[in-house]
Amino acid sequence: MTRRSTMMSVYGWLLFAPAAIFLIAFTYYPTLATLAKSFYSQGTALRPAEFVGLENFEYMLDDDVFWQVAWNNLIYAIGTIPVSIALAILMALWVNGKLPLKSLARMAYFTPTILPMIAVANIWLFFYTPDIGLIDQISRLFGFPSHNWLGDPSTVLGCIIVITIWKEAGFFMIFYLAALQSVSPELEEAAKLEGASRWYFFRRVLFHILMPTTLFVLINAVINSFKLVDQLFILTKGGPDNASSLLLYYIYEVAFSFLDQAYASTLTVVLLVVLALIAVGQFVFLDKRVHYQ
Amino acid sequence: MLKILKHSAKRLALAAALSLGLTSAATAVELTMYYPVAVGGALTKIVDGLVADFEKENPDINVNAIYAGNYNDARIKALAALKSGEPAQLSVMFSIDIYELIEQGAIVAFDDVVKTADEKAWLDSFYPALMENGRTQGKTWGIPFQRSTIVMYYNKDAFRAAGLDPENPPATWDELVAAGKKLTKKNGDNVDQWGAMIPSTGYPYWMFGALAMQNGQTLMNGDGNETYFDAPATVEALEFWKSLGSDHGIMPAGTIEWGTLRQNFLEGKTAIMWHSTGNLTTVKKNASFDFGVAMLPAQKRRGTPTGGGNFYIFKDSTDEEKAAALKLIKFLTQPGRTGEWSMKTGYLGTRADAYATPALKAYVKEFPPAAVARDQLEFATAELSTYQTGRVRKLLDDAIQSALTGSKSPADALGAAQKQADRLLKRYR
Repeated sequence: MTRRSTMMSVYGWLLFAPAAIFLIAFTYYPTLATLAKSFYSQGTALRPAEFVGLENFEYMLDDDVFWQVAWNNLIYAIGTIPVSIALAILMALWVNGKLPLKSLARMAYFTPTILPMIAVANIWLFFYTPDIGLIDQISRLFGFPSHNWLGDPSTVLGCIIVITIWKEAGFFMIFYLAALQSVSPELEEAAKLEGASRWYFFRRVLFHILMPTTLFVLINAVINSFKLVDQLFILTKGGPDNASSLLLYYIYEVAFSFLDQAYASTLTVVLLVVLALIAVGQFVFLDKRVHYQ
Repeated sequence: MLKILKHSAKRLALAAALSLGLTSAATAVELTMYYPVAVGGALTKIVDGLVADFEKENPDINVNAIYAGNYNDARIKALAALKSGEPAQLSVMFSIDIYELIEQGAIVAFDDVVKTADEKAWLDSFYPALMENGRTQGKTWGIPFQRSTIVMYYNKDAFRAAGLDPENPPATWDELVAAGKKLTKKNGDNVDQWGAMIPSTGYPYWMFGALAMQNGQTLMNGDGNETYFDAPATVEALEFWKSLGSDHGIMPAGTIEWGTLRQNFLEGKTAIMWHSTGNLTTVKKNASFDFGVAMLPAQKRRGTPTGGGNFYIFKDSTDEEKAAALKLIKFLTQPGRTGEWSMKTGYLGTRADAYATPALKAYVKEFPPAAVARDQLEFATAELSTYQTGRVRKLLDDAIQSALTGSKSPADALGAAQKQADRLLKRYR
């Protein structure tokens, strides 16, 4: 190798170094360390940690709370992903066209995203309070009886889903808005000339043009369905009886309330594997259907 | 030229060395302290004020008091600081964290830090009921700071409107049910005012400890390795709690939220609430009606768990820091100061001589509810605390919530919880 190309290699690695250091320190090393830790028992001052192989994973499969939490997370994902994406597309289409006070409408839709989740949760705690809360006060005007929204295991997960959709739909709307702005108006004009309805135009043309954005938003929504658990700390703490507990919240509980980092590592490994599978699946299957310009 | 330079350099070096020597002689002891706040009110300002007073009296000790959220957060922060190598020297943490902290090797017993006979006697000068959670293996590990019991707040105006005597709140379970029925005001399908509310989120095991004690049953033993969740008296207590909502209709069915309970009481949504005495001053400031505070009702006897946070000294600190921490703790728990804390928050004065100070004496005379928690100490018991305390507590919390929401019967729920608790605690016996 010539001296010049060696120097170029060195430059290359130096430029790569900062990003590499961060990635290794905060992503790759913790992942491997967590995987390693999941094969050991939890050590205490009286009893140091020892290698136990797959025992933690067996314990996890036996754990009723883990299955409850996994099921909750599945419902949470199914509840939040399609609805928030659909809502985002709708909102984007609406504020994209000619609209008086367009900026105000866009800001109104985006405001939930700006608020921190903890603040949002504190507000919604009082929305959901039975009798004196906003939702019960409004429903009472229509003659419905008051309901213990957060205290009823059958409605609590739905309430959490509503808050998440409320929070992330505005965020996804921004991406769709940007994509819609770059669509050539000739397409819509041509469709109008041909006599196509707006729904037909959306279904056959616009939706496919928006596919790259949809793929991006879908990935974000999937990540959020595992990541957005902050509201649980304020609203339900996973209750009643784990009816609203989600995987990441359970991991936090195990790691920091029960101080059992070995089991928490086990759960984290499961979370990582699930996310990896979904990511791979998304890129493999959906990439074929995405038309890039 | 060089000679002058050398000369001034020498002088500079001498001056630097002297000043360094002086500062190291005057180096203050640095203490970091984490503390939680679990009730409403501007408690961080009060703590800052107390710490400033201490620093004024002790210029050679610098205290950095850091607000750390609720009890869970405070424990997490303190233990994380320990692991990260920049530990705190002392902290206020949940009184029931004691077994966890001992198992992690994080704290020292006060018996190993006190030196003089006076200091040893000081360890015994607090209310014995408050020391129960802080003592194990024959040693003292925690000194009471912000301690409480559950008390029954009741709306005297609502009592009068329902034809009940506001100076005679319910003293037994049966009286509670009877009063609750009179106080519950229905409006078609909705209820305008509930008779009573006992919160079942946040700290359900704490409320349940009261009900179990009132039925003559403690929830665990003094060594932290045995629980009594499925004892007949325990099951009866949970059945009673459930019946308040499902049979007698004086309490909403399902779980009742801890965070909004005080608001419910202040807005008149419930005539009676069971809550920590640490809420007293905030309720006093914000109640627009005449309210009273009473001891919890009895079944076989009166009973309440104690609650709140203790001071702990961490093992990972120098002897000098431990001594300074002890000084700070003694300062903050002096009769006058614990009395001041009690008046500003509603927490208990942690020692009998606090109630003998003129300030607290006058306050109690003018505002009798401030003495209810203290009088109830006679019937108080330790809060639920065992090894693996986080997991055991969650087992009981889940059992209580599943019984109150009707997904399991009290006997089934508590039986399952006891079985799992036994599995966890077996190896500590």
